[in-house]
Amino acid sequence: MPSPLEGNALFRGIYCWLAANKGNALQCPPDGPAFKDGWLPLGWEWLAYTIAALAIVMLVVNAFMVLATIYTYVERRLLGRFQSRLGPNRAGPFGLLQPIADAIKLLAKEDLVPAGADRWVFNLAPVVMVVPVILVLAVLPFGRHSFVADVNIGILYVVAVTSISTLAMFMAGFSSGNRYAMFGGMRAVAQLISYEIPVVLSIVGVLLLAGSLSLVSIVEAQRIPYILLQPLGFFVFMAGSSAEMNRSPFDLVEAESEIVSGYHTEYSGMKFGVFQLAEFGAVLTTSGIMATLFLKGWEGPVLPSHLWFLIKVFLFAFLFIWVRATLPRLRLDQVMAFAWKFLLPLSLINIFITAIEVLALDTTKLANLWLMAGINMAVAVLGIAAFSRFVRLGGKPRDITIEIPMASEAR
Amino acid sequence: MYGLGILNGFLVTMKNFIKKPVTIQYPEERNPQHPRFRGEEFVWYEDRCTACASCAKYCPLGIIKIVTHPSGGKLPEGDAYAIDVFDIDIGRCMFCGLCVEACPYDALFMGSGFEESKYKRADLVIHADRLRAAEKHPSTWFRPQLEGRGYDPQSDAPVPWKEAGRESWPHHLPQRPGEPGADGADAPSSPAGH
Repeated sequence: MPSPLEGNALFRGIYCWLAANKGNALQCPPDGPAFKDGWLPLGWEWLAYTIAALAIVMLVVNAFMVLATIYTYVERRLLGRFQSRLGPNRAGPFGLLQPIADAIKLLAKEDLVPAGADRWVFNLAPVVMVVPVILVLAVLPFGRHSFVADVNIGILYVVAVTSISTLAMFMAGFSSGNRYAMFGGMRAVAQLISYEIPVVLSIVGVLLLAGSLSLVSIVEAQRIPYILLQPLGFFVFMAGSSAEMNRSPFDLVEAESEIVSGYHTEYSGMKFGVFQLAEFGAVLTTSGIMATLFLKGWEGPVLPSHLWFLIKVFLFAFLFIWVRATLPRLRLDQVMAFAWKFLLPLSLINIFITAIEVLALDTTKLANLWLMAGINMAVAVLGIAAFSRFVRLGGKPRDITIEIPMASEAR
Repeated sequence: MYGLGILNGFLVTMKNFIKKPVTIQYPEERNPQHPRFRGEEFVWYEDRCTACASCAKYCPLGIIKIVTHPSGGKLPEGDAYAIDVFDIDIGRCMFCGLCVEACPYDALFMGSGFEESKYKRADLVIHADRLRAAEKHPSTWFRPQLEGRGYDPQSDAPVPWKEAGRESWPHHLPQRPGEPGADGADAPSSPAGH
């Protein structure tokens, strides 16, 4: 039974509890912790396999949903504190029941479909939006020996799957039959396709160092956190992925002051809730990927590995909330210039420097790694300084003189 | 370098994050309020009122309604008329306080409360019964005698009618039998004119 699920401790536990027999003593050794005579007879291992896999999927997806709702509360509270106010604190102790109140409100709302909407696409868009976010969890290592699957092209899978959300946003915007939603969808396509490139290129540095695409191997390959070895890559990934999640300062896909609420203008009730869930969930999964790629994932001293992973995820989530509380929204041309003139050259420089270092230095020695960290820090500071000096994001305001003949004659 | 401005902005939000929020949890906590605050509730002392209707005459909007009848009391003591109706329609009131300025006997004060939201406009009319029954926490606006004492309507005890005036007025004292002080025990020795 060769499967990417093999290495998963929980999966093995459930599988062996159901199907441990003399027949499959290879998979479930008799001296193993979960071994006893299984519940299922010989030849029914496929059922045990299915049940164990479904149990894990249920566990991971539900834990993620609960975490995402908790994250909405955390985000609103922290955003409030950043703006010197309190945030939601009336529902339950410290406002902890606010996510539940929100969910009840959304479920009780009428589910409207506009008359001019393309019904099928309109109804399908929220699903297409939320599924990629959940699919990312399949390859994310949450702790020591706990992941749904150790896919050998893990990070490539993540990149491929997350780019589906562009399609969902365009589906939502296009099918609504609303100009503002259409604008939102168009902006989403332009912005997300532009930012896909620097984000993918910023990961390449990590891959050069780790020598693997599997997220599990990347965590194990990190002797010092890659945020020190790849500061430029981290910066580009952080900026680019916050643009991919439509978070401020790049949230002009749903810019309230310009286009009502962008691609989900026409959505109400739980469909809108699903969009929100996908957006907040995307922050968590992106933080998880950032923790895995740049901050040693679940590894850490003393505390259990799952807790370390959660701490790191919420550390990056805090960073995203801080950015959201601080930076104002950019113009569309500024957003595009930022991707093409600033992030893309920086990520190319990062790949170039990292490739030379990997070729020139022996990366198995710890001293060489620290040397690389020093060089890359300097390159990051210089690169950001140089590009922020020489690249103009958007044009300067122009002086426009309008001749009014009547007024000049009167003078 | 452009990035430094952005870092400065991050520092600003972090300072906000660390310091105490400015929010006041309104129903539980309250802002300190100035004693001269002109509130939406009026304070009216029937014992001081002669039913002269000056307040109604001076009201620029004409929203004070007074109906009286001769009570058989004595004119110089201010008891010749009894109040039937004393309505203030605060739904149209602009809280200019001219009624309070006009009152010659310090019977009408601006209030200190402000929680007067109602479901119907008709409920916004303050009737005489409510004015009679209300706790008297008058604002010190246009009332130097209260301000001189340092009276704070938010925290101090209600002001009884005898203490509310700008000078002592002996005519009121023997008027209402059964009231504390009706026997004239705490009457001022020399009648003060006004």
